[in-house]
Amino acid sequence: MSQLDDQSLELGAPSGSIAECTLSEPEKTPQRYRIVDDEGNYDPDALPPLSNEELKELYRWMVLQQVIDVRMVKLQRRGEMGTYASGRGQEASMAGCAYALEDQDWLFPYGREATALLIQGMPLRDLLLYWRGVEDANKQRKNKVFPPAIAIGTHIPVGVGFSWGMSLDNSDAITTLYHGDGHPSTGEYQAGMNFASVIDAPALFYCQNNGYSISASFEQQTGAKTVAQKGIAYGLDGIRVDGNDILAVYDAVRTAREHVSKGNPTIVESVSYRLDAHTTNDDPSLYRDDEEVAQWEEKEPVSRFESFLKEFGLWDDIDEEAVREEANEQFDQAKEAADAYDSGGVEEMFKYLYDEMPAELERQLEAFEQFLEERPDAYDHIEHRPKG
Amino acid sequence: MNATLVEAVNDALQTAMAGNDRVVVYGEDVAETGGVFRATQGLKDEFGDDRVLDTPITEIAIAGSAVGLAMYGYRPVAEIQFSGFIPPTFNQLVSMASRIRWRTRGEMTAPMVIRAPYGGGVRALEHHSESLEAAYAHVPGLQVVIPSTPHDTKGMLLSAIEEPDPVLFLEPKRLYRSFREEIPDEEYTVPLGEAAVRKEGEDITVISWGSTMPDTLAAAETIEEERGVSTEVIDLRSISPLDKETIIESVKKTGKAVVVHEGPKSGGFAAELIATINEDALMHLEAPVHRVTGFDVPIPMLGMEDYYLPNPPRIEEGIKRALDLEGGV
Repeated sequence: MSQLDDQSLELGAPSGSIAECTLSEPEKTPQRYRIVDDEGNYDPDALPPLSNEELKELYRWMVLQQVIDVRMVKLQRRGEMGTYASGRGQEASMAGCAYALEDQDWLFPYGREATALLIQGMPLRDLLLYWRGVEDANKQRKNKVFPPAIAIGTHIPVGVGFSWGMSLDNSDAITTLYHGDGHPSTGEYQAGMNFASVIDAPALFYCQNNGYSISASFEQQTGAKTVAQKGIAYGLDGIRVDGNDILAVYDAVRTAREHVSKGNPTIVESVSYRLDAHTTNDDPSLYRDDEEVAQWEEKEPVSRFESFLKEFGLWDDIDEEAVREEANEQFDQAKEAADAYDSGGVEEMFKYLYDEMPAELERQLEAFEQFLEERPDAYDHIEHRPKG
Repeated sequence: MNATLVEAVNDALQTAMAGNDRVVVYGEDVAETGGVFRATQGLKDEFGDDRVLDTPITEIAIAGSAVGLAMYGYRPVAEIQFSGFIPPTFNQLVSMASRIRWRTRGEMTAPMVIRAPYGGGVRALEHHSESLEAAYAHVPGLQVVIPSTPHDTKGMLLSAIEEPDPVLFLEPKRLYRSFREEIPDEEYTVPLGEAAVRKEGEDITVISWGSTMPDTLAAAETIEEERGVSTEVIDLRSISPLDKETIIESVKKTGKAVVVHEGPKSGGFAAELIATINEDALMHLEAPVHRVTGFDVPIPMLGMEDYYLPNPPRIEEGIKRALDLEGGV
């Protein structure tokens, strides 16, 4: 029976009351899936099958994310980095999701998921280069990472199309579309989700609902209670998970991935909180109060995982200081490599736009190179012009 | 008051809202934070939640709802946070805003303003710096306005809000805080569709607008000192509708011209200006009209954006080239 033909067209007794035929939101907001509580307590039977080594590895990723965020913001303040979007507070959400994916899976990021990219294989050096505004950082094909979608929602239909290709090829890979709680407000998101549903795309919509899209709170972004339910109208399943519980995130994504790989696009809404500003250009004190932030600091995911590791009996095996030192060294090395990176000359601006450079573009490049030779004083304007 | 360009935007909005309670300001982050550039700071406190609204992240709905709100009788001034996010609105601008009056045979109109910071040069993220004004100027019925000074910004934004037809008001964000200028505290307007002659001269006409105006003026002055020539500098201010008269009169006087803009070269608005000059002043030309523009590539991320932007040396070379060529028609 087609979806349209779900009842007899013969006239007769009315089919139920209006109330029975009316759809509405669930009165109660669906619970967030959780394995570990705020104090680190857990149900042993609910734990995902992760080895002690893997648990320690998850911890190292979270610490690395913390180190990256702190140091990137410092570099930005010193003028050694462009605008940066910190992920502090979302360490579990980022790392837990990426850790649950398979090597063959592709990741379509939106910018605030540093460790997810690194877990997928992107070098930390390239992450630094990206935030320095060097386009070479987007050469991540071998690492199965698409360039971050800075224009909100633009990557959604693209990622859906990419996953469509995977299914046409009978690949067992999926695409994961990282996004925030603002993305579902865009046309691209709605259109992409509907399309994914129709073509049974192996696409995992992974929402890091961190409470704010720049200054707009989730309540200002949508009248819906959750992001997970957005899928219902389009025929997608949705899972809502406590995004500060890395084991719950891992488990939810692993389950969703299984579902998605069979051609059932799914939304996982990871409910977390952005502890830092939207980006280094933002002043969150204008739209949220310290009390709210302090409440979420209490639920901060790295501390919660530490509590779990203590309850689980693994904490004694971990030298926290050494883990942090190692993450800092990793960052030092990446920064050194980024500093040493030769991002090329002006030809870099021109050469990747077409497979073969059109004659007019070649003329523009040649004329510009000649100009720079003739007018070396132009470099003074280029290097020293006040920025912004 | 002594104001920066972005303060002039704020002052214009405050003035318009105080004078007309049908003016509604909205967009992403405009209310609580006053916008990412603080252009709307303080308006929510003064005029309340009903007239100054934060919206969801949806440029399509921001533009489309402005059309409806305007048709109904309000005066929406909607902000698109960065010019790079105008493309999603393009369908609403082309299919709806620009042709409501035309398709309803004058019965309905969309007196709306879409404001957006445009252009590169502030080390913003990818997709934040586009200068595609030529594409928008190609849409019949859509007025495209780009001020370059605080004085013009206030006067032209007030004109735009009073306009009975839709206006895309592009603000050169790298000039937002680069200099100050005295502007009247009270309400005043600067007409749309009229270019300003920033500097009178006899030997060559240099035409620009928006983000490249200060560099164009600086380059023109350098050339005057170096060459002992006099340059006439025109600030278009509106690229649609276009003030052809000022351009043609100037070119007839000088016989030479250079156009400077930040957008890509091919199909850029310079091409339209050169065609206009050819149509109406070809016989007065003493040399081909030159253009100094961005390149035919997307504006690069911050690592290389300053290589992309036309700067005074590039503009100087463009002017010199036009000056050195002889043998027009």
